[in-house]
Formats: sequence, structure tokens, C-alpha cells
Amino acid sequence: MSPADASTARGDLTDPSTTAPGDPGGAATSPGGPAAASPGAAAARLTGLVAALRAHGFGIGTGETVDAGHAVEAVGFTDRERVREALAATLLHGEGQRPVFDRVFDLYFPLGHSAAAETYTNTPADLAALRDRLADALTAGDGAALDRLAAEAVGGFGGYGSGPRSDGWSSYQTLSRLRPETLLARVRERLRAAPGAEEPEFTDRLLDDEIRRRIEEFRERVATEARRRVAERQGRDAVARRAVAGTADTVDFLLAGRAQLDELRRTVRPLARKLATRLAARRRRASRGEIDLRRTLRRSLSTGGVPVRPVLRRRPPRRPELVLLCDVSGSVAGFAQFTMLLVQALHDQFSRVRVFAFVNRVDEVTGLIARGSADPAGLGDRILAEAELTGWHGQSDYGTALGEFADRYAEALGPRTVVFVLGDARTNGSDPNLAALRRIADRARRVHWLNPEQPSLWGTGDSVAPAYADLVEMRPCRNARQLGSLIGRLLPV
Amino acid sequence: MTTGFFSSVDDVAERLATTGYLASPAVATTVFLADRLGKPLLVEGPAGVGKTELAKAVTEVTGARLVRLQCYEGVDESRALYEWNHAKQLLRITAGRGESWDETRTDIFGEEFLLPRPLLTAIRSEQPTVLLIDETDKADVEVEGLLLEVLSDFQITVPELGTITATRRPFTVLTSNASRELSEALRRRCLFLHIGFPEEELERRIVTLKVPGLDAALAGSVVRLVGALRAMDLRKVPSVSETIDWARTLLALGADRLDERVVRETLGVLLKHQEDIVKAAAKLDLDAV
Repeated sequence: MSPADASTARGDLTDPSTTAPGDPGGAATSPGGPAAASPGAAAARLTGLVAALRAHGFGIGTGETVDAGHAVEAVGFTDRERVREALAATLLHGEGQRPVFDRVFDLYFPLGHSAAAETYTNTPADLAALRDRLADALTAGDGAALDRLAAEAVGGFGGYGSGPRSDGWSSYQTLSRLRPETLLARVRERLRAAPGAEEPEFTDRLLDDEIRRRIEEFRERVATEARRRVAERQGRDAVARRAVAGTADTVDFLLAGRAQLDELRRTVRPLARKLATRLAARRRRASRGEIDLRRTLRRSLSTGGVPVRPVLRRRPPRRPELVLLCDVSGSVAGFAQFTMLLVQALHDQFSRVRVFAFVNRVDEVTGLIARGSADPAGLGDRILAEAELTGWHGQSDYGTALGEFADRYAEALGPRTVVFVLGDARTNGSDPNLAALRRIADRARRVHWLNPEQPSLWGTGDSVAPAYADLVEMRPCRNARQLGSLIGRLLPV
Repeated sequence: MTTGFFSSVDDVAERLATTGYLASPAVATTVFLADRLGKPLLVEGPAGVGKTELAKAVTEVTGARLVRLQCYEGVDESRALYEWNHAKQLLRITAGRGESWDETRTDIFGEEFLLPRPLLTAIRSEQPTVLLIDETDKADVEVEGLLLEVLSDFQITVPELGTITATRRPFTVLTSNASRELSEALRRRCLFLHIGFPEEELERRIVTLKVPGLDAALAGSVVRLVGALRAMDLRKVPSVSETIDWARTLLALGADRLDERVVRETLGVLLKHQEDIVKAAAKLDLDAV
């Protein structure tokens, strides 16, 4: 299973395709031989990596690929981490691309594993032995040992299936058998018992979190190893495209899992800062242009009546008001929460921001969000718990909610208000109440509707998106990148 | 075309260490590549991790001259590239009254009347030079356009004089805090380096180096606590410079180990927002602050 002819030195680069039987997916660009050190093979490996990164949406030009070749040549192949950094320096344009790059790199330049690694079979005794060694490695925080253990764990406990096309390696199966998170107490005991830690220190209270982080890193190592083994089986190129998740800002809001939403939430502040800079620039540009004749003539007196420097009219800064109307029902909750946090982070750009949430009834949640910025993870639960959003049933009903908003909160709308409606316009079969949306559009300066579904799905099933789109501008907004550019463009200045 | 400052990655790490800049493997590798490939280095990262320090350290170990362009909103061609010395040109015109127009014209657009600004200075420099373009993201988008010619070919075109090409490529470092997304065209011309927070071990060495009197065990505790704060979801997580400040504070207070009281009283050195302090105190089980 592990490459038999692999070098024993950690950090050496081995060629996984030497043991890949069949290699159905990646015949075109994989080196296809043990000669990874020859220039042609190295170039093929590099272009394969670049192609996989491009498939993830990285804009990498030919010139950069050539630079990457020069860079790898300059640092040499002896140290794997240097090769990684050299490629990252030449191929990447931003830190957000780094996680995807690291995973793809691990597939194309995998760790060489010791052929003498202990082999395990799926028995309770072996499991206990492996868990014991894992506890040791976690106690010591030894990265090399953890890499080795991850390889052994996937080899011993991660395999499934027996047929040539149906078998594979699963990190999920490995981790659910190994259950590294249950080693927390054992590792803590060992660290406490270690010499030099006899008196209880203040930093002891950090111990649990540190161990948890080490365990989390081990899980990531196992996932990397499982991907590597699957790549041996199915071809690197296919796995690099399929099994590596994209960057956080391109994850579809409707498909994002909990971990991805957490990651997105961390991008709110940097994104808000960028948007604020962009808005400030737009505002500056918008306030230029008109010449103030009186002051220009007045100033021209000092230059003998020649208006050398025209004076532009200064407009009083009038910041617009923003109203956010969000569907927070289960299907689109992640999207709504991300947008609410983003708008909250931008609140100093506006004279007033009000946020309303609805499922089938509307309630104002501005205060909840302002207070909630310290704990963004719990925001969704608090909105559902503290605001009155549902009436007789728990399904979203756009017609009723829009009607109630137009009746109860009409004072929130004025000639300087820009309204953003967030939702998928799936009314569960009830009346869309177009008149209410028309009333909102009449009172507000602009109404934008951001729909997290792709346009081809609008109007399918219970979606009434086309009807709403006739009244107000509706735009698809499927991931954080799109949202960022839409907000930067649509927000009034 | 290389700048030829360093011979290997290890050479970079060792020589930077002599100035007190401890480089992570990523930093050392990328600096070596920037030197070897002769490409500008775009450094991004949170405030206080040593982006500008890196350029200064390279200047120091190579004995080069540092030319610095500090970017700000509204920095323009005449601040970044060059400017004609109008007053001097006027004087020249008045001085040569009897001359023909052609003589004057060819003369006033000569070297003598050119005021070089940082970019032109760095390009024309005969001696080894480190060009630091600091806080590139603060400059307007138009300035990026100016930088493109300089960074890709290390040349500047002055319409009246022609193209001035670098005889010696300066080692170029651009820093950015990512308050604005730099254009793809600019990124393409640079090597990209993100300096994040250092690993625990490296940060411990940095703290020990910068705060010599500090007890080794205390330095370890300091770094662990800062690491824990960084893992929290705070508005502004402490950076390396804050770690060093905190270590200095502890040294000045004469604390020889961390305890609840010391941490509670000095948390303000690490965290700059009240809500962060409250949150961190709650997570660390400190009593009410």
C-alpha cells in the first residue's frame, strides 16, 4: 500500500505514480515513471500542479509557471517545505488561496513514507497500540511522528471495499475508528506529569485548547494522507479537482457546512475594511466635479483675474440609510447571517442601518446584531430565539412577511433609504403579495434583491423569483466573493 | 538578473539572524528567491509582524542603501518617480537671455533640472540598493500603474530624456496591509510572501532575543498565552510586536511568572479593545476586570 520503493528520509519527494495501478484519471499530465528527478518529469509535475490550481480558479499565467520552475531550480528538491514555499511565492497572489494550494501541493509533491512503517490490521489490540503511540506523539507535539502515524492509521484502518474500482481510503472511517479526540484526557495527564511542571501554572488553563489544536492538526494530516492514497488509486488530477474544497469565498452559501461558515465569518472584518476603503474612494469621486463659480472668481483675484485653480463645490456629506430585510429560515440562514454581520461591520459608513428578519413574520433585529458582534457564531440561534419571526407555522412566507413589513415598518423607508432584500423567494406556495413589495419599492430610493440561488433555478418549484424580479432588481449572490463585489457596487454613497 | 546578495536559503536565515531578525523558513526561502530571480517581493500580513523590519534587516546585512517610498492617499508621480525643478528652469531661462530657443530648450530638460524621487533614485543607484515601497495599499490605484513599469523591467521612461534602465537591480520590497485589494497586474510582477504569526518555537526565540533579561520559562508562558489569545475570535489579535511589548512590561514589573493578577493588570498591553479584553478575561477565567 505505501510506496515500497519510497525513500526512507522524511521530507524527500517520492513519485506516487510509481505505484499507481492503472491511473485512469491523470494519464495526460502525470510523470508516469519513477524518474521524478529528471527535468521533463519535474516540469510535467509542475504543470500538473498549475493545471489543478487553475481548475480551482487561480489565475496563473505561463510567465508565473516559468518563474515557479526557476524558483524550484534555485532552491533544489532536497527540502520539501522549501519547494512548497518557492511555489507558493511564485504562484499565489493572496493568502486566501493558501489552504487550497497546500492541499493540492500535498497531492503533487507527497511526503515520502518510511517503508519500514509498522503495519496494522483492523483489530482492537492494534487499535489500542496505535492510540497509545498517538498519545505519545501528541504529548511531544512531534510533527514528523504525527505524519508517520497518520499514514499508518489510514493504512491500517481507513481502507474499505475490495474490488479494483470500488475500494478506497477514507479519512472519516479512520478517524471514527481512531477517535483521536478521546485522547485529550490522557495527553493532559502525561503533560501534567512531565518533569518541570510540578507546580500548577497559570498557563495550565490553556492546556486543553492547545491539545485540541494538536488533535485537530492530526485530523488534517489524516485527511491529507487519505487524499494522497486515493490519488494513487484514481489519479492525482481527478482528486486535486474533486476532493480539495475551494477557497472560502467561493463556497456556495446554500451548500456551506458549519466549518465553512465559521471560516467565512472570520473573513467578515477584512472584507468590511476593504469595502469601506472602496466606498470612501467612490464617495470622494462622487463629490468631485461641479465648479463653484463664486469661489473660483474670488480666488482668481490673487492671480490677476486668471482662474488658475478652479474651486469645486463642496457637497455636505450625507450618508445614506440602509435597510436589510433578511429571510432567516433554515435554507438560507447562512447567507443571511453572513450578510448581516458584514453590514453591521460597515455600519459607520451609513447614517443609519436597520436590520429586519423574517420567516413568515417580520421583527426588527438591529439591536441583536449590534450586541451580537462579540459572539457572531451564536447570532443565528439568538435571532430565532429572541425575535418573533414565526406565526402559525415555521415555513417561510414572503407574501405575509413583506405585507407586514410594509404595514408596520413603513417609517423605516424614506427617499434616502436603500433596501436590500435577502432570500431565495421560495414562498412555500403562498401568495407572493406583489403589492406589498411595490409599496416598499415606491417609498424607498432603491430596492435590491440578492438571491442565493442561481438564476436557472428561479421560478422552479415554489420560487416566485421572476415575479419579484419584475418589480425590483434581483441579482444572484451565491458566494462571499460575489457578495463582496455586489455590495461594493450597489451600496449607495 | 539577480541582485546577488545571498548564496543560499540558509545563508539568508543566518545573516538575517545576525541583525536580530529571525526568519521563518517561508521568509528565508522567499527572500532568497527574490534575490536570485531579481523579482520584487510583495509582503502582506497583519500589522506588527515585521514586514518593514524585513526590508531594513536585508539592508543591514547586505550593507546596501535603503531607499524608501512611503505610500499614502494622494501620492503621485512627482512624489514617487521624478519632478522637473521648475524654479531652477525659470532661472536658467532668465540667465541665458541671448540664447536661441533651441539651446535653451535642450538644456532645461537635462539631468541638472531633474529632481529624482525614491523610485528614480533606486533605479539610477550605482551601489547596491534596497527599495522599500511601504504600505502600497494606501496609495491610489493610479500609482500602481506607475509601479508596473518600474517593477517589471526596472526602468523609468522620462519623456524628455528617454528611458532610464537600472544598471543594478535594487532588491525591492513592497508591503501591504491589505486594506485594499492590489491589482492582479501588480501581484503578477511580484513574488508573494504572507508573513503570519510565527510558530510558537520561533516566537519564543524572538521574544528571548528582543527582551534579553526575560526568564526562559516566563517567555514560554508569554508565547503560549498569546497563542491562546490568537485562537480566540477577537477584533484585533495581538501581533509579535505586542508580544514583545508585553514581555518588556512583565520584565519592568519584575514578574517572574504569570499569575491571574499580573495577566489581568497587563492585558491592556496585548489587547486594544475593551470588548476584546472582556472576552479574553472571560475565556481565561480571570476575575472581573
